[in-house]
Amino acid sequence: MSQVLTLDCLKVGRSAKVIQINNTGSIRRRLLDLGLIPGTIIKAELANPFQDPIAYQIRNALIAIRKEDSRNILVEEL
Amino acid sequence: MKKKIALAGNPNVGKSTIFNALTGMHQHTGNWPGKTVSQAIGEFQYRGIEYELIDLPGTYSLISHSEEETVTRNFLCFEEYDAVIVVCDGLCLERNLNLVLQILEITPNVVVCINLLDEARKKKVTIHLDLLEKKLGVPVVGTEARKKKGIDCLLEKLHLLESEHKKTTKVRYPRKVEEKVIELEAILKKKEITDLPLRWLALRLIEKDIVLEKEIINHWKISLSEDPDINKVLETDNDIEKDIFASAIMQKAEQLTMEVVSYQNPDYEKRSRKIDKILTSKRTGIPLMLLMLMFIFWLTITGANYPSQLLFDFFSYIEGYLVHFLEFISCPSWLNSLLVGGIYKTLSWVVSVMLPPMAIFFPLFTLLEDLGVLPRIAFNLDKGFQKCRACGKQALCMMMGFGCNAAGVIGTRIIDSKRERLIAILTNNFVPCNGRFPTIIVMISMFLVAANSSGMASISQVLWLTFIILLGIGMTFLISFLLSKTLLKGLPSSFTLELPPYRKPQFFKVIVRSIFDKTLHVLSRAVIVTIPAGTLIWLLANISIGNMSILAHINNFLDPFGQLIGVDGVILTAFLLGFPANEIVLPIMLMSYLSLGTITDYASISELKTLLIDHGWTVLTAINMILLCLFHFPCSTTCLTIKKETGSIKWMLYSILIPTLCGIILCFFTTLIYKLIV
Ligand SMILES: Nc1nc2c(ncn2[C@@H]2O[C@H](COP(=O)(O)OP(=O)(O)OP(=O)(O)O)[C@@H](O)[C@H]2O)c(=O)[nH]1
Ligand SMILES: [Mg+2]
Repeated sequence: MSQVLTLDCLKVGRSAKVIQINNTGSIRRRLLDLGLIPGTIIKAELANPFQDPIAYQIRNALIAIRKEDSRNILVEEL
Repeated sequence: MKKKIALAGNPNVGKSTIFNALTGMHQHTGNWPGKTVSQAIGEFQYRGIEYELIDLPGTYSLISHSEEETVTRNFLCFEEYDAVIVVCDGLCLERNLNLVLQILEITPNVVVCINLLDEARKKKVTIHLDLLEKKLGVPVVGTEARKKKGIDCLLEKLHLLESEHKKTTKVRYPRKVEEKVIELEAILKKKEITDLPLRWLALRLIEKDIVLEKEIINHWKISLSEDPDINKVLETDNDIEKDIFASAIMQKAEQLTMEVVSYQNPDYEKRSRKIDKILTSKRTGIPLMLLMLMFIFWLTITGANYPSQLLFDFFSYIEGYLVHFLEFISCPSWLNSLLVGGIYKTLSWVVSVMLPPMAIFFPLFTLLEDLGVLPRIAFNLDKGFQKCRACGKQALCMMMGFGCNAAGVIGTRIIDSKRERLIAILTNNFVPCNGRFPTIIVMISMFLVAANSSGMASISQVLWLTFIILLGIGMTFLISFLLSKTLLKGLPSSFTLELPPYRKPQFFKVIVRSIFDKTLHVLSRAVIVTIPAGTLIWLLANISIGNMSILAHINNFLDPFGQLIGVDGVILTAFLLGFPANEIVLPIMLMSYLSLGTITDYASISELKTLLIDHGWTVLTAINMILLCLFHFPCSTTCLTIKKETGSIKWMLYSILIPTLCGIILCFFTTLIYKLIV
């Protein structure tokens, strides 16, 4: 049933559970600090006029992440 | 002795608002993460004890990434302080408690302040503060900083902090980590190097926090990771995943939040989301931003007209009396001419022409900032910056530049990457600050739009102004792109941008504060800069070498070059003399024309146009004046700020050179085209 995809492919309006974060460097730690850890439920909330970045609902905050970075996050669509 | 208290917390949770409530100061606040980028210090008294309060920049964690976050981390690690107030957003408790737990690892002297309770209430989120206090083991206070609610309670808990016996909650890490921590603690204890909790230091060593390691070498002149004993512990089965530190704390925060928060209305962000959908959608996002910009310009232009004329009339009315008075006290005529013709006139122009648009534009801009629109604009523009290989947060600094370029340059501290930060600094000057705005408006209304007071005229003024601002923004993109390809080669780095909820602006307060601050600022600057500048112009115009005044000499010297780029020597002189403050460029220019020409007085602003035409102005001159105003070296304050922020004269020189060259090249081409057409 559930489908694993990279976060940048998650359609706006859909929710997903984080499985794995493959980003490296300081962005990895920043994502963790924002509460994006494996198991977190997040929702693609808002796309900008050019569809990149996309803002995600992460632990009650709205955080914009560029596709460049969300490509490295593996999620399971709910 | 004064007690030293620090204010820490996530970005945009109201730290500066609490700082203001406690100290009665007026630190800038704004509804976007990254408003405060350097620490501010204030004082207050409570029950006979004096406190010193330090407002720190917001940070998501103590593992620092950017300049402003480093300020906070270094403060908490290496400075002396008596307590920390950790401010939290009640609506985002998980992420905020994450920071609280991290700070509790460094110091037990913490008061947790759950702010924004009014918003929580409105959105039907209940936080059980007593329970949280019990769980954390440190005092917890609920506040609504804007209305100053809960501040007394905060003070009382701060006051009682020491006498309480604290047993604070601790995050437990996996066994493998805990075992190493115990070993390392023992080694560190023997070394006696620090008051920092050894557990925390041990954890950071296991985590291999390189930035902290550098700071430690800086502060204590020793390298811990190169110590053989420590190294031995770190090297033995070092298959510990780095993420477990962040995850363990986050999970603890999550668990705490589940226990103390209850949501009665899970859909509470609905309205905010609806507005967001419209402001960022494919079809309406960009047009709405433009309309908003134009609306602000329209209010500024139409609103400033009348007060400008009023001030102008007022000043010329006073001038008559001033002249009589000076004659009455038999002031020598040269002094009379210096005081009235030199200083008074320049001053009155700065105030009457420059001040009204500034006093209208700035509050409007601040209202948008308070509402929370700025991060949305950055969100919408990000793709462009991405294409230019720059950081999306540069848009925020650019918008700060509309107020003041120096502030915009300091604001670039929110950008993590050094390369991207330099790009943002070097291009900040491409948006006109508040002090350049009025010059552009005056030029547009005099030469580009047929003068009549109909609604159409003001609309086309707005269109022109918008076009010019877009030109500046376009140039920002272009130069950022070119810099990324040449001087500052590199790929865009990663970043995240938080979009805060919309908040109702505090209309009254914003308007009062920004008019008050702005007016005072401009007036004082006008007095400080205009008096010497006005005197200088007067002297240059009245001291002769040969049969010409010095001003005429300078003018003649610069004129050939000026003509080449479609302006004249006077305009160039005005820009050069306006280096201390952009506000005085236009007044200085007018002064010079007056002293060079035969006509010496004007009854209204619109008549100034005659003066300019008398000196050979055409539409081209006005266009080039606008272009130069938009693209020339930053003012002295901005230059100094750039030097300070980049720590190098080289980058300051680039920041002078790049826009100036842009301006000269553009003017050269407009002149060429104009000559071909006309
Ligand atoms: N409704 C409401 N708004 C608040 C409250 N406290 C602060 N604000 C608003 O929240 C926004 C952020 O406040 P600041 O004081 O600038 O936040 P900060 O924590 O200093 O932010 P940074 O300096 O960016 O880290 C501002 O628009 C404030 O007016 C509150 O108790 N209730
Ligand atoms: Mg602040």
